[in-house]
Amino acid sequence: MEALATQLAHIDTEPYYQSIAEEVTLFEAAHAQRLPVLLKGPTGCGKTRFVEYMAWRLKRPLVTVACHDDLTTADLVGRYLIVGNETVWVDGPLTAAVRAGAICYLDEIVEARKDTIVVIHPLADARRVLAVDKRGELVPAPAGFMLVISYNPGYQSVLKEIKPSTRQRFVALDFDYPEAAVEAGIVAREGGVDADIARRLVKLGELTRNLKGAGLDEGASTRLLIHAAQLMAAGIAPEQACTAAVARALSDDADMTDTLDDLVRAVF
Amino acid sequence: MSERRLFAAELEARLDAVLFASHSHRSATGIAEGLEALPRVQQEKLLDWVAVAAQTYAEIGYLIATLAPQAFVMLDDASFDAWVLAGLDAFDRDGGRAAMEVLRDLEGFRLKLDGDRPVVKFAEIEARLSRFLQGLSGRPLGLSISASGADAWTDTDTLYLPGQLDAQPQAGANRKLYKTLATMLWAQARFGTFGSAHCDLDAALAPWQGTEDQERALQWLAALESVRLEARVTNELPGLGAEIAAVRGLWPPSLEPLLVRLYQADATLADTLACLAECMRGSAEAPHLPHAVRIDPAIALRVRAERIARHKEILSRAIHALKGSAGHPGQRDEVMAQLAAEGGAAEINLAEKVSALPPEARAAAQSLLQDLGEVPPECLLPAGPGVWQATALKGDAETLASQLEPDCRYDEWDYRRKAYRHDWCHVFEADVPAGAADYVGAVKARHAALIRQIRRRFEMLRGENRMLGRQPEGEEIDLDAMVDALGDRRAGCEPSARLFCQRIRNQRSLAAMFMVDMSGSTKGWVNDAEREALVMLCEALESLGDAYAICGFSGWTRTRCDIYRIKHFAERYDDAVRARIAAVEAKDYTRMGVAIRHLTRLLLRQPARHRLLVTLSDGRPDDFGDEYRGHYGIEDTRRALQEAREQGVRSYCITIDRHGADYLAHMYGAAGYTVLDDVKKLPLKVADIYRRLAS
Repeated sequence: MEALATQLAHIDTEPYYQSIAEEVTLFEAAHAQRLPVLLKGPTGCGKTRFVEYMAWRLKRPLVTVACHDDLTTADLVGRYLIVGNETVWVDGPLTAAVRAGAICYLDEIVEARKDTIVVIHPLADARRVLAVDKRGELVPAPAGFMLVISYNPGYQSVLKEIKPSTRQRFVALDFDYPEAAVEAGIVAREGGVDADIARRLVKLGELTRNLKGAGLDEGASTRLLIHAAQLMAAGIAPEQACTAAVARALSDDADMTDTLDDLVRAVF
Repeated sequence: MSERRLFAAELEARLDAVLFASHSHRSATGIAEGLEALPRVQQEKLLDWVAVAAQTYAEIGYLIATLAPQAFVMLDDASFDAWVLAGLDAFDRDGGRAAMEVLRDLEGFRLKLDGDRPVVKFAEIEARLSRFLQGLSGRPLGLSISASGADAWTDTDTLYLPGQLDAQPQAGANRKLYKTLATMLWAQARFGTFGSAHCDLDAALAPWQGTEDQERALQWLAALESVRLEARVTNELPGLGAEIAAVRGLWPPSLEPLLVRLYQADATLADTLACLAECMRGSAEAPHLPHAVRIDPAIALRVRAERIARHKEILSRAIHALKGSAGHPGQRDEVMAQLAAEGGAAEINLAEKVSALPPEARAAAQSLLQDLGEVPPECLLPAGPGVWQATALKGDAETLASQLEPDCRYDEWDYRRKAYRHDWCHVFEADVPAGAADYVGAVKARHAALIRQIRRRFEMLRGENRMLGRQPEGEEIDLDAMVDALGDRRAGCEPSARLFCQRIRNQRSLAAMFMVDMSGSTKGWVNDAEREALVMLCEALESLGDAYAICGFSGWTRTRCDIYRIKHFAERYDDAVRARIAAVEAKDYTRMGVAIRHLTRLLLRQPARHRLLVTLSDGRPDDFGDEYRGHYGIEDTRRALQEAREQGVRSYCITIDRHGADYLAHMYGAAGYTVLDDVKKLPLKVADIYRRLAS
């Protein structure tokens, strides 16, 4: 059972999170009403940070699972392992979170296999139970438990869509990159750079987001801009920092990186 | 080939043979004499090219032969080929006159090849510049060569740039100059050179309209604006501003006193116009700047007005739709939406409720902000009820012939030139009109037993979940393995660690495109067989679950290559598709290469690991006129298939042409085709063949 304890992260210090609209109030209300929440938004706009912040605020442990296309039901719910001549049951992260009344955050839920996504259904409606088939056990979720899933509507392929039966169980919160002034504030704080540099980085972000759909799947996220800022704070020259953290991170295509370099040079 | 040079008489005879087809009464005598001195290799090379060119246009053949002695002196062998191809290319694009000009300009061609002159061509920088501008503006701006080929101006939708730049001694500097020109033109539209709600450019220029000072006024305006715009750009994009300053060099003395007023981050068009009035009071000419661009208010204002009207309409329709969904249908004009102008106008505040705008309306609002500096209040009033439909913008293309602009263009391979003819084939796409609704039902009834059998066989192929036993890790314990391991341990052997079962799924990831010959020769029982074969295929593929599409192709010369959609990838096998299958009919000709290229492109958009292109055909490639028939068509088709293969598309051909083996192996490869000896077998065989290909 030691393994179980390590899956639960207790967040003791307040994570930095800049509230944009009413999302904190909404999340708190959903938690109080035991409703699951779906976070929609592009990569690197603060979804994960928001969940960490809310876990701290609500004083719940946090279990985060990054979903991938080989994620099986057993990976979430748990499995039998063999110890000596015996089989021993080990809870998966989802079961552990239910038992502990934690916030369970399934990141990029569309990546998971379709048959896996279905196990969260009884947890996400009024029943609030997790069926552990292999043990013949129904684990009821305590009041503190909350299910949070996220997905990025931006680069959904036809093969990866959330089924209506899944998405209609959730309260949905929209996330997007914050507006320029707020984003500059975040970049300055998280990246440790002055206001002017932060403003230019946000300008760069805006320029690359203009290229979305014209060769880029996504523009630079707030996270990438912060990376660039952090490199600068560590003494790297601005142009070099942006090239490494933004231009090269966004595309492998030689033509596209040329364009991104042009944009970097336009700003710095 | 012997080394002996051909004598003039021999040359003349051979030239006559290849040029004879033309009606020109010119004699080849003079040309032949000029060629006598060339080495035999060059003579033969030239004769080959003259023959090739004459097939396109005899005059070009003549010209090449005439210029050849000079060309061989100036160009090496490879460049000679390139020179001829450039001429033929120009002919394909712009006709005989352009071709003649290109060929005659031997000196220019050589210089271009040499590359020691730092010419930067528009085509070289177009793609990069267009992405850069997309990044700057967030709305697609067109890029084009200006009509004069030398100046730069914008109508605010499209930036017109010089065809080439060679003013600077290094290519890199010329490239920078291109970028600077484009930036200045973008800045004109972005920072209100063509006026805003508060400042009317047209009215300000009126005093000089039609006078002899008109041109001088425009030049002054351009010069003054370049000062103001540079300051605006520098404020927003310091790096770009520095690049502009580097290209600009020192300010001309006549502009220096004006910098205080114009070189300000908040200077507007009104400031420029005030300075303009001052400058025009004097008689001095406007100073020349290295990055001078032209301002053409008349066209720009018209284009801008059109765009603003369009975007206003989109925006007010979107607001109307939002208002409807917010639960205030019908009540007009009492609520005015408030637009969050900051950060790109993504949201509107409608009756105290913040809503996100749909993407097209967001783009429209952003564009209006750039054009006017604000979103005009009148378009924040919702439009009349029931108009939120994009249909008003789309034309109704009912018949293919009435459509002038093709859906796409494709290159075609000319084996004689060993080069592509660019944008040669014009593709038009259309749905097959619906045919008899009960046709498919009748076929299914007739072949019920066969279809049952096909379905059963295909279901067996379908990807299923499988449990793999004895794995090092997995979801469940493999009890057999566990018992063995315990036994081993008791017996003192080392037990295996592979004690788990793992579930794996064999996902079929295959997209198939069926290309159906709808040429005139299929009329009658071939067409019947094709349609029945399509029914069988659909039944088979539905039970298999592979993504598939069906397109017919036919056409009449290169300017009308028609692709008839029978079933899209995204479409279900429903009544509409069934009715279209019933309506597959014999049309015109079989220009195969372009059809393969187009369908390959469609196929490549499918997110599948394997892609398959299957052609159902009844004969060799053919088209109206004698050009495509025969070797040309076969070589072009072969080339198209090669391109498809390089992009990861496997192709296969099912044909009923008994002589097909002669050319099919050349086109599709030895294992890439099936010849059916009886057309009646097509429906029976086609599913089987697919099964063989796809399993």
